[in-house]
Amino acid sequence: MPDPRIPSAFLSLRADIERIEAGGRAVRDVLPFGVAAVDARLPEGGLRLGALHEVAGGGGGAIDTTVAALFAAGIAARTRGPVLWCMARRDLFAPALDLAGLAPDRVIYGEMDDDKSVLAAAEEGLRHGGFGAVVGEVGRLSMTASRRLQLAAESGTSLAVILRRWRRQADAADFGQPTAAVTRWRVTALPSAPLPVAGVGRARWFVELIRCKAGECADFELEACDETGRLALLADLVHRSPAPPAWSRRAAG
Amino acid sequence: MIGRGGRQRLVTAADAAAQGLRLHPGMAAAQARALAADLVAHDADPQGDALALERLALWGLRLYSPIVAADPPDGLVLDVTGAAHLCGGEAALLADIIDRLTVSGHAARAAIADTWGAAHALARFAARGALVAPAGDSGRMLTGLPIRALRLAPETVDGLGRLGFDRIGELATAPRASLALRFGPELTRRLDQAFGRSAEPIDPVESPELIQVRRVFAEPIGAPETLARYTLQLVEALCAALEGRGLGARVLDLRFHRVDNRIEAMRVGVARPVRDIKRLTRLLCDRLETVDPGFGVEAMTLAAPMAEPLDWRPMASDLTAPAVADIGEVIDTLSNRFGHRRFYRVAPAQSDVPERAVRKIAPTAPPTGERWPSGWPRPVRLLARPEPIATVALLPDQPPVSFTWRGSRRRVVRADGPERIFGEWWRRDGELDAVRDYFQLEDEASARFWVFRRGDGEQAATGDLSWWLHGLFG
Repeated sequence: MPDPRIPSAFLSLRADIERIEAGGRAVRDVLPFGVAAVDARLPEGGLRLGALHEVAGGGGGAIDTTVAALFAAGIAARTRGPVLWCMARRDLFAPALDLAGLAPDRVIYGEMDDDKSVLAAAEEGLRHGGFGAVVGEVGRLSMTASRRLQLAAESGTSLAVILRRWRRQADAADFGQPTAAVTRWRVTALPSAPLPVAGVGRARWFVELIRCKAGECADFELEACDETGRLALLADLVHRSPAPPAWSRRAAG
Repeated sequence: MIGRGGRQRLVTAADAAAQGLRLHPGMAAAQARALAADLVAHDADPQGDALALERLALWGLRLYSPIVAADPPDGLVLDVTGAAHLCGGEAALLADIIDRLTVSGHAARAAIADTWGAAHALARFAARGALVAPAGDSGRMLTGLPIRALRLAPETVDGLGRLGFDRIGELATAPRASLALRFGPELTRRLDQAFGRSAEPIDPVESPELIQVRRVFAEPIGAPETLARYTLQLVEALCAALEGRGLGARVLDLRFHRVDNRIEAMRVGVARPVRDIKRLTRLLCDRLETVDPGFGVEAMTLAAPMAEPLDWRPMASDLTAPAVADIGEVIDTLSNRFGHRRFYRVAPAQSDVPERAVRKIAPTAPPTGERWPSGWPRPVRLLARPEPIATVALLPDQPPVSFTWRGSRRRVVRADGPERIFGEWWRRDGELDAVRDYFQLEDEASARFWVFRRGDGEQAATGDLSWWLHGLFG
């Protein structure tokens, strides 16, 4: 979506660079989130297909990778075709992915021994190009490894999602290291939607776009994936001004 | 079994029941009949046995390994190097062999070791069922076995017994020169073969109906590129042969006959019959790096021990349906590279107990169309086994106010539940009264947990009211 504040010279220059980077290949498609506020911050109006995207959990989610996994499942659910999900730890519970819109018939799981084979299997899946999305759960992701994945993804239209999952909280500092990913997301759980009665409402996420190639960082407060994998703006924010997040309230008090 | 040994009629084989009556092979038939009046004796048929063993070897060739040979009178020998991964590892391969033979009514024992001699000895004298000797360790395991295990002539075994040799370990440490002088070169040769000091090539079984192509080289080849080039040529020839019969390969064996009389082999498997030259070449070339050409390869053989009918099918039968990418190819590539059991799909199973609600199916299985019942919260990470938590719960049927998991205490802000799941008494008697009450908890840091309490809080038989954490929603 072109921004009126950006001079047209920049836009044409950017298009030129993109053409050079694409190396003669056709301009690729994107997968929009379907949430206008999020898509507007992404330079192409959505997640670029045939590119590498990185997702990590914030806070305690850096180790459990629960919210981030659902975020990735929601993205994968909105692609077309089968999904390859490679992991080195076998605690993913398929019914939860089904609830995020990823039907069990679409997902092929690959249980690997270590991060290295997860990356190799994901790369193999991307090179084939028959998958709608390829998800890999790894801890460390070096520049070289991510570059390989990015090149493999560019050869097709599969969406590559790397879920960063560290063994220790201290390792999560690794997320600051540069990789070849096109976008980089961090997803943290927010207090769930308030209900008029006792109970737990729809989950809410604080979604940070930490890095975005040819775009700016942004953060959003969103409602978790529904049964078709779609995110939504907070229902009480659509009509009201945003409330400060819980931790800033606590810090002020 | 009674057969003829020299001029006498002897017992040649006896089943477990007969051995219980102290009948043993080598005993005179008349004596056996005297010991057991109602003895059921069959005439031995050595030729029939040999033929049956040959057929069994072909069966092994089709299912397990590119190099299989009969090891008469009562065994098979398989070279599983480069083939065990297709069955999910060496132990799984042995278990599968024994299962299939048991189902077909044969008593079987099997062992995997570094050498043919060691595997022969371990399977017959050490294994109860299946035994996998760790690599490099079979020499040590051999030392405790009786000398009969060495595949020696009975006279040699008797002679050694008279000299006081009982175990292989004693023989291995004895001076070789005098042993060779007394018993001939056979004894030291068998010892060396068992301990891996001298080579013992396996002459693989072949059958005329096996589809295979062979290429012999004037000069030994060894460079990886050369091997890959000839692999392509062999695949082309094999595919032509397959096409003539309307078949597609399910399993491919590529054997490299080295100049030092060893055969290096590898096997690749595919989920559906394939006759695509590019794809098969790719699968084979991916594994070329596991082949050691040694001083050179003088012949290569490519065979399709398992082939199934493959006919041309229309590409698309419905113009309106979206094109579905064929992922069978990439699944085959991945499976051959990383192992067959690693890739799977899941399908809902008929169970409310969370850990039983999922069953694995083959990645290329047709879509089931089934989904889990929606509307019930399910965590994205399910712990392998529930972990005990210490809780503060107001009343027996209220969710906890706070709980301690892995050493940290969390205060519950919101909670939802219970979702009651009853034990499945038709699976286990102990679950007749069992009840789990599942709660969804959200703590101060907005992390969500799936915990359950054993028991319904009213009847002690339903559970002991202990609390467990089973999953994380995030």
